[in-house]
Amino acid sequence: MNYPVWQRSFKPPKDLAEYPVGTAFPAGHLVETNASWRSQRPVIDAEKCSSCRICWLLCPDGVIHNTKPEGLEIDYDYCKGCGICAKECRQKAIRMENEGI
Amino acid sequence: MHGQKAFLSGNEAVAAGVRLARPHVIAAYPITPQTTVIERLAEMVEDASLKAEYLHVESEHSALSACIGASAVGARTFTATSSQGLLYMAECLHYTSGGRFPVVMMNANRSLALPWNIYGDQRDSLSLLDCGWIQAYAEDAQESLDLIIQAYAIAEHPDVLTPMMINLDGFVITHTYELVSLPSQEGVDAFLPPFQTVNKMDLDHPMSLAFTAGPAYNQAFKQLQHQALLSASKVILDIEERFGQFFGRNYSGLIETMHCEDAEFILVTLGSVAGTVRPVVERLRSLGVRVGLVRIRYMRPFPDIEIRKALAGAKAVGVLEKDISFGYEGTVFTNVNSALSRSNVKPSRLLNFIGGLGGKDISAADIEHLFLRLKSTDDGETVAFI
Repeated sequence: MNYPVWQRSFKPPKDLAEYPVGTAFPAGHLVETNASWRSQRPVIDAEKCSSCRICWLLCPDGVIHNTKPEGLEIDYDYCKGCGICAKECRQKAIRMENEGI
Repeated sequence: MHGQKAFLSGNEAVAAGVRLARPHVIAAYPITPQTTVIERLAEMVEDASLKAEYLHVESEHSALSACIGASAVGARTFTATSSQGLLYMAECLHYTSGGRFPVVMMNANRSLALPWNIYGDQRDSLSLLDCGWIQAYAEDAQESLDLIIQAYAIAEHPDVLTPMMINLDGFVITHTYELVSLPSQEGVDAFLPPFQTVNKMDLDHPMSLAFTAGPAYNQAFKQLQHQALLSASKVILDIEERFGQFFGRNYSGLIETMHCEDAEFILVTLGSVAGTVRPVVERLRSLGVRVGLVRIRYMRPFPDIEIRKALAGAKAVGVLEKDISFGYEGTVFTNVNSALSRSNVKPSRLLNFIGGLGGKDISAADIEHLFLRLKSTDDGETVAFI
């Protein structure tokens, strides 16, 4: 499955003239991140992970991606740090690390 | 380009104008005194003299939401409401203007509960001045019809792309019958080309519609809305000039003035009551009193420059309105005052007359009394109920 991701190639409008008329724009542009209030970040330990994907299933923001063969991946641009994945992980493979200030 | 004449109420004139403008979608919910507009339109769709989708909705909130949806696929839309119904639409009013959907709506100006009342005042629309819509106020049925046709040209103009509300005083305009000139269909088709916009759902150019814009980008959209409304001032003049060339009826832009050039005492008002002011102005003029009238036709965009010009020579100015912002003064008065405060135009007396609430009659004798108050030097209350 493809997840929308922050498009780093997006060039913000320089002035009002570059804004669209109304609220219609080509789809697929996630132009802002939304994770700044996260105080802790979940980190997956690939050694312990059994790829059961319960975290992928239960993440309320849908930011744990299951698209790469090497394992699950967390999109920190949108992860709010709620810790549900760490709490639910049966292998204790996800730890919550404090974010730096 | 001249069509037939017909004996129509204000509401029927609006319905006739809407039919001539060929909307694709009409969604409305009945409310007194708007009901006969949408009854006539329903009959027109039924007898196939108007080829439009007529959506029966369960509320005004849904009516305007349906118009937003239809406009978002590029359709020309119409809705009509009044009073409590307009307030029920309030959330969607901002959605429409923020999304830049050029919906055209008729509002029958009516009092707001409580006490419950179905008669005319302008507290409904004036309390929603900030919702980003163009707001016009008609004086009679002919102007109502002409405003509907002009409204589509104004609202859909690429420099504007902003919804427009045409206000008719409840009962006084909506239910009064007048001889009305109907433009020909060929004329309106030539005057008003089909609606074109890039701001729509299009399978060949898929877009994300009605998107989110966070703190970094949101304000820019609001600035653009403001610019669009300011641009409407010029577009309105251009459209009116073109309308005059097509149909032979000329309008005077954001305001209409009467004898303001040398007037010492000027009454500023809007809507049907201007029709009561006119003969009083003529009568007082015949007695040698230099009085004048400013009729505000558009409250948004606000005619600040025009009002300054019209009031430049006045000694005393009264603003007569069917509205009160409780705890302060009438909203029209606030706007007129603000326009004057940014200029050298300083009448020595500036009074606010609040009248007509809940349909309370404003007679010619009342108007004459207001002019006499402007002429007198007594220092009565600045904000007075008449």
